[in-house]
Amino acid sequence: MNLGLIMLVHTALHRAEQVVRYWARNDCPVVIHVDRRVPKAQYDRLVAALAPLPQVRFCRRHACDWGTWSLVAAMQEAATLMLRDFPEVNHVYAASGSCLPLRPASDLKAYLAKRPMTDFIESVTTADVAWTVGGIDFERFLLHFPFSWRSQRFLFDTWVAIQRRLGLRRRIPPGIMPHLGSQWWCLSRATLSAILQDPRRAEYERYFRRVWIPDESYFQTLVRLHSARIESRSLTLAKFDFQGKPHTFYDDHLQLLRRSDCFMARKIWPRADRLYGHFLLREGGEKGQAEPQPGKIDRLFSKATELRTRGRPGLYMQSRFPRHGFENGITAAPFSVFEGFSELFEDFEIWLGKYLGTRVHGHLFSPKRVEFAGGAAVFNGAISDSAATRDYNPERFLTNLIWATRGERQCFQFGPRDNQAIAWLMARDPNAQISVITGAWAIPLSRSSRDFAEIRREAAAAQKTETDHLEILRRQDTKARVRIWNLAEFVANPMEPLQTILDEIVPARPRRLTEAPRMVDLDGFADFLQKLRNEGMQPTLMGDYPPPEQHAAPAAQAAQKPYLVR
Amino acid sequence: MGVIERYRLRLERKKFLLRAYRKGRELRAVQDRTDRIRPGDILLFSTLRNEKVRLPWFLQYYRDLGVRHFLMVDNNSDDGGAEYLAAQPDVSLWWTDRSYKKSRYGVDWLNRLQRRHGVGHWCLVVDVDEFLVYPFCDSRPLGALCEWLDASAIKSFGAMLLDMYPKGPLDAQPYAEGQDPLEIVCWFDPANYTISQNPTYGNLWIQGGPRARVFFPGNPGRAPALNKIPLVKWDARYVYTSSTHMLLPRGLNRVYDEWGGEKASGCLLHAKFLNTFADKSAEELKRRQHYAGGREYEVYAERLKANPDLWCNWSERYINWRQLEILGLMSKGNWA
Repeated sequence: MNLGLIMLVHTALHRAEQVVRYWARNDCPVVIHVDRRVPKAQYDRLVAALAPLPQVRFCRRHACDWGTWSLVAAMQEAATLMLRDFPEVNHVYAASGSCLPLRPASDLKAYLAKRPMTDFIESVTTADVAWTVGGIDFERFLLHFPFSWRSQRFLFDTWVAIQRRLGLRRRIPPGIMPHLGSQWWCLSRATLSAILQDPRRAEYERYFRRVWIPDESYFQTLVRLHSARIESRSLTLAKFDFQGKPHTFYDDHLQLLRRSDCFMARKIWPRADRLYGHFLLREGGEKGQAEPQPGKIDRLFSKATELRTRGRPGLYMQSRFPRHGFENGITAAPFSVFEGFSELFEDFEIWLGKYLGTRVHGHLFSPKRVEFAGGAAVFNGAISDSAATRDYNPERFLTNLIWATRGERQCFQFGPRDNQAIAWLMARDPNAQISVITGAWAIPLSRSSRDFAEIRREAAAAQKTETDHLEILRRQDTKARVRIWNLAEFVANPMEPLQTILDEIVPARPRRLTEAPRMVDLDGFADFLQKLRNEGMQPTLMGDYPPPEQHAAPAAQAAQKPYLVR
Repeated sequence: MGVIERYRLRLERKKFLLRAYRKGRELRAVQDRTDRIRPGDILLFSTLRNEKVRLPWFLQYYRDLGVRHFLMVDNNSDDGGAEYLAAQPDVSLWWTDRSYKKSRYGVDWLNRLQRRHGVGHWCLVVDVDEFLVYPFCDSRPLGALCEWLDASAIKSFGAMLLDMYPKGPLDAQPYAEGQDPLEIVCWFDPANYTISQNPTYGNLWIQGGPRARVFFPGNPGRAPALNKIPLVKWDARYVYTSSTHMLLPRGLNRVYDEWGGEKASGCLLHAKFLNTFADKSAEELKRRQHYAGGREYEVYAERLKANPDLWCNWSERYINWRQLEILGLMSKGNWA
C-alpha cells in the first residue's frame, strides 16, 4: 500500500525538482506532467536531473491553458501512467509544482492507510459554492465555452451573451450531476481507475471538453458515480483572494503553516527559501493522526480580503479615499459636539473633562485658532492648531483627529462663530452625537460692553448662521444623533438633558450627576433680548424666554435648584 | 470624462513624450552598462546633484531590496559623486549640465531613460534621500511585491512621501557617509495629512507633515505635495507628468480604492532633514532650479535661521512598516 503523486508543472522547475526528490526519498512514486510550453532545454534538464530516480516518470505533454480541458487531459495522462506503472499505489494525490508538503510523508501515508477506501476530493453542487468568479455558476455546465477567458475575453463574453440570448442549452449526459471543487484531490486507486476506465468515458469527455473550467468539475462530478466514500474536502491548503487568484505563501508564513497541520499547501513563492528548506529538509516533526487545522490561515486571508474590500472605517489615506457615501464609517469612533453649553455653563469644558475623565476641547473650529484641550499647540497625530491649516481642509482635520485619538472619546464645542463647513460631515456621520442649546451664543453678547449696534449686527449674523446649521441637522438624511433644545426650555430644566447626553457617552457609569456645572448669571439676559427686539431684530432661537417683568423667575429658579435632581 | 477631454489628455501625453525625447538629448552617457539588464530585473531611476555623502547607503539599501540596476542622471555634480557612481558595477550613469528646472526637475530626462531602458520592467523612480518601505519589506524582497502586483494585474504602486526628522536642531547630529540616515531622522508626523482628489488626472493630492506644520502653518496650500507613485511596470506609452506625483495615462494614478476598501501601498521615508539640509537649501535658493522658483526653499532658508526643531510631543518614532500600517499611513491591501 502506497501513495503516488501526479504533479503538474509549468514554472519554477528547480522547485518542482526539489519536491519530487522529497517524495522519491520517501518511497512515493511521482508522475510529472510538464507543460508543453516549457522550453525544451529546461525540460531536458529536469528529465536528466531526475533520471536516476526509479520512482519518477514523465508523461506525454500537453499545452495547458487555465480553465480549459488541457489540464484535465494532463491529469488523465499522468494518472493512467501512475496506475499502470506502480501497482502498489493505493492513493493518487494530484499536486502542482508549487505545492509543498507541510507534514512528513509518513504522516500522510499513515493517514491514508487508515482510510484506504476514502476519496478526498472537494465535490459540491453549484448551488452550494460561493467562490465562483465571473458570475457564471450553473451555466458553466449548460453553455459551450470554446474560447479562452484569459486571452479571448471578448469572444468569450460575446459567445456567452449570444447563447443566453438564443436560449442555447447543452444536454448534460444522463446519469451525472455536475459538481465542483478544488482540482487538488487525492483519490483511491479503485475510484480513479473506475473513472479512467468508465465505458462512457468518451461521452463524458465530449461533454466536459466544452464546459468552463473542467479541471474543477470533471473528476469532481465523476467521482460521485464511482466512489464508495467521499470526504468532500481537499487535503491541500489553497486559499483564493477576492479576485479568484490563489494566495501565495512566503517565508514569513512559516510558523503559520507549521501549526496548520495541513498535509500540503499551495502556492508557495518559488523564492521562499526558508519554507522549502524547512519543510523539505527537516527530520522528524511527525504529528501522527492530527487533523488539519487551517483555521488560522483562513482567518489571515479573510482579514486581508476584508481590508481590501471594506477597509478601516474612518481612515482616509493614500490608498483609501472613499467616494461620498461609500465611506463605511465616516469617522473612526464616536464623538460628541456641544453647542451652546460652554456659553451657558461656567467652565463647562473643565467640568465635563472631570466627569468623563477625558480631555475636552474648546471650539475646535474657532476662527482664531484650534482650541485644543489644555490650549495645546499641537495635538495627537501632530495636528497643528493653525486655523489656516484646519480651514484648508476641515473635513480631513476632523477625521484625522478622530483617527489619531482612537480609544479616547473626543468632545468639543461648536457654535455659529465657528467654521461651518464641517457641519455637513458631522450631520451625516452616525458617530456624531450633537447636542444643541439654540440661542445660547447670545449669552456672551448680552454681557459685552461693546457698541450695541455692533452687537446687534453680530447677533443677527449668528442667528442666521445657527438657523442654517439647524436646518442641516434637521434634515431627513441626518445620521448623527442630534438633540436640540432652545435656551428657555434648557434653562428651565437643565439636569435631565445633561444626564441623558452623558449616559449615552458612558452608558455603564452607575453614578448620577452629583456636582452639576454652574450656570452663568443670566440676570439681564431678558433685558438684552428685549433690547434686540426694540432695535428691530427678532431673536427667535432662544425659545419663549420670559419677558423682562418675569425674567427673575427662571433664572432664580435655576440658581436655587438643587443639583441632585432625583 | 468626455471624448474631448480624453483626447486632450492623450495629446498632453504625446507632448510629454516628445519633450522627453528632446530633453533626453541633453544627456551624455558616462558609463552605460545597460546591456547587463536582464528581463525581469527591477530598475531604479534617479537624478542627483552633489549627493556623494548619501550614495553608499542609498545604493546598499536598494540593492538589499532587490534592485538589479541603477540608472542615474548626474546634473553636473562637483563633489566626486559621479566618479563614485561610475565605478559601481550595477550603475549606468548619464551626465548633463543643462537646466534641472527646464527638464521639469529631471522628469524629462528620466522619462527618456525609462522609455529607452525601462519598458517591460518594474521601474522605481526615487531621489537619493527617499527610502521605499512596503508591506512585508522586512521579510519579502521587492521582487515578491512586483510578482504579486503582476499576478493581480496592478501596474502602479503608490508610496506616500513621509518626511522624517531628528529630535532637536537639524544640525545637532552630523551624518556620516555610509550611515543609515534613519538613525538620525527617525521621527515623523503620524496623522496630520490632508487629501484631495485631482479630477483631471485622477490622482490624490496629499499635503501635511512637518513641512506643512512648521514651515507653512499660515499658508497650507503652498506646502509641498506628498503623494507619489514611484513603482510602475513601465510601458512605452507611459510618462510621468509632474515629478513622480502623477502619470499619464491617468488610470495609473488610481492607486487608491474609492469604494471603501484599501489598496496595497507603501511609504517613501524622506530623509531630507539631515544636517546637510541647511547648506543644501542655501545652495538651491541660489540656483533657483526648484519648483515655483524655489519658493519652497525661500521659506526653508527663512525658517532655518531660527534653527527650528521639527520634533513635537506627538511625533512618532519610526520602528517598522507594521507601525506605519497600524497608523494608517500605508496598507497591506489584500496582500497577506
